[in-house]
Amino acid sequence: MMAIWLTKDSRIIVQGMTWSEGSKHTRRMLASGAQVVGGVNARKAGTVHEGLPVFGSVAEAMSVTGADVSVVFVPPAFTKDAVKEAVDARIPLCVVITEGVPVHDTAEFWAYAVAAGGVTRVIGPNCPGIASPGASNAGIIPADITSPGRVGLVSKSGTLTYQLMYELRDLGFSTAVGIGGDPVIGTTHIDALAAFEADPETDAIVMIGEIGGDAEERAAAFIERSVSKPVVAYVAGFTAPEGKTMGHAGAIVSGSAGTAQAKKEALEKVGVRVGKTPSETGRLLREVLQAR
Amino acid sequence: MDLFEHQAKELFAAYGIPVPRGVVAHTADEARAAAVELAGRVVVKAQVKTGGRGKAGGVKLADDAADAYQKATEILGMDIKGHTVHKVLIEEASAIAEEYYFSFLLDRANRTFLAICSAAGGMDIEEVAHTAPEKVAKIAISPLDGVDRAKAREIAEAGGLPANALEGAAELIEKLWCAFVDEDATLVEVNPMILSADGQVKALDGKVTLDDNAHFRQADHERFVDVAAEDPLEARAKEKGLNYVKLDGSVGIIGNGAGLVMSTLDVVAYAGEGFAGSPRPANFLDIGGGASAEVMANGLEIILSDPSVRSVFVNVFGGITACDAVADGVVSAFRLLEGRGEAVSRPLVVRLDGNNAELGRRILAQAALPGVELVDTMDDAARRAADLAAVGV
Repeated sequence: MMAIWLTKDSRIIVQGMTWSEGSKHTRRMLASGAQVVGGVNARKAGTVHEGLPVFGSVAEAMSVTGADVSVVFVPPAFTKDAVKEAVDARIPLCVVITEGVPVHDTAEFWAYAVAAGGVTRVIGPNCPGIASPGASNAGIIPADITSPGRVGLVSKSGTLTYQLMYELRDLGFSTAVGIGGDPVIGTTHIDALAAFEADPETDAIVMIGEIGGDAEERAAAFIERSVSKPVVAYVAGFTAPEGKTMGHAGAIVSGSAGTAQAKKEALEKVGVRVGKTPSETGRLLREVLQAR
Repeated sequence: MDLFEHQAKELFAAYGIPVPRGVVAHTADEARAAAVELAGRVVVKAQVKTGGRGKAGGVKLADDAADAYQKATEILGMDIKGHTVHKVLIEEASAIAEEYYFSFLLDRANRTFLAICSAAGGMDIEEVAHTAPEKVAKIAISPLDGVDRAKAREIAEAGGLPANALEGAAELIEKLWCAFVDEDATLVEVNPMILSADGQVKALDGKVTLDDNAHFRQADHERFVDVAAEDPLEARAKEKGLNYVKLDGSVGIIGNGAGLVMSTLDVVAYAGEGFAGSPRPANFLDIGGGASAEVMANGLEIILSDPSVRSVFVNVFGGITACDAVADGVVSAFRLLEGRGEAVSRPLVVRLDGNNAELGRRILAQAALPGVELVDTMDDAARRAADLAAVGV
């Protein structure tokens, strides 16, 4: 089974493995069959945690274990440095789970990753990570919702990712990517759409957006130009009042731009069917698959 | 968090940015006293967190203290785009030669920062940006490079500022960048940035938005919180560490994860369209990843203390959260609230899916709590909660 960005061969290290969240999710990732090969904590280098070696740096962990994916669980105050370290080590994929990272820090580590030549794909921050069911799991997406299949999913929201995976659990997924709902994120809807379009094992794509910014509108333009596979979408936040933050730092509407209605219209204009509820979105995906 | 103009200027002044002298007044009497202290002509400016104050009549020139009293009387209590004016800034009147526009902001689409500068500042900048975009310079700023004096001067030149304003503008822009970075702002806007008759470049207005995520290293931003304007339920929820936003409907909402809760609001609003009075969501409440009994109890308590709530919808998809823990939470919440003499008096519709959902449902079924119903799907549960809110109790 193919997938995007994360496969059964992916070798994962955890930055912040010795913190409680890092420990808990390292155990969960291991239980799901993901190849977690070590952790990083400069002050605990040389020790063993969750049965895995702890290294002093990402670079050292990579050279010893052959790791090609890092999952970041360190607290917000240390996230910027952790990501920059992963970029310096030229790791191909860095998944930033940490919630509550100041946007100046995210803008900085993003600029840093770009300046380093874009060698490291950054997903997040404030995201549930990426899961290729039956193959690997980097982050906190529950591994037991669904099995391998041919649907790809990209979402700003964690729990809505789980909900849609659950709605379509009989079909299964190639890969589900949670890109996070912060104002600045590494991997975008468009990056995931392009990867799913190129993935021979993905037949259809579910895209989940929410109020704030214009990422969904830009994704709509990209779909019109460059995506031939069927895409269905769900957008959350129709009833969110203007100017109020609904938990995700990015989910704030100001003025007319960024509303759920504007996003829905932009997507429908390019032929993407948009569900009114998560369940309806699941039904729409079944319909477009049957119509193929 | 958005700041009032007077707070923004306090921040600017701390970074050495020239701002007019000013005093905040909550009453017309305080406004008169402030005008006496400042002496001469003053400007009376409504302090509201919205744009378009000038056009709404919220900014007025006053010739002397008696006039300041009069103008403050007119402006205090005024409604500007739904914001009531509770205070005014009394500021020395500036002799303005020219008005410019300047801001630093987060550019979400390009994942970087942006400087916007224009010699055509003042009230109509949005119109200018629309009709004559070439007069508004937009320059991407990399967080890795920042803005030094030379870069600041380049931005001012790109904005078309005249030679006699360049030096002063560059100095102001460089200092504003320091404020933008050091204070973890996502917006600092100066409109107008003026060239005064005596050749000084000053910030005549200020808009600042601060990043709430940076609270851990910006503890002193607490001083800017507008306690008076906070909804009392939102303030109580915040004290308990809950992510709660008050809305105007009658279906109380508790869920896990910001996206799922936002979606729950939408689904309830759609479902409500089919019932008498079209019930709508009463709030946003995200209990997050670990739904302990205490978190559930606090959440339920906040929601039930809102008298407009007629039914409650608990919508949980157990990802990391285990549904049995959520169910235990609901049961203990009932016990806790009963113990406090606040027995749950309104119906609760619960939908549990995902991690340990079966176990969670069994716990609730066995507890047989009064008024608690289990419904299988999110859509059906939303309909049931809307129905109960329409019928009332």
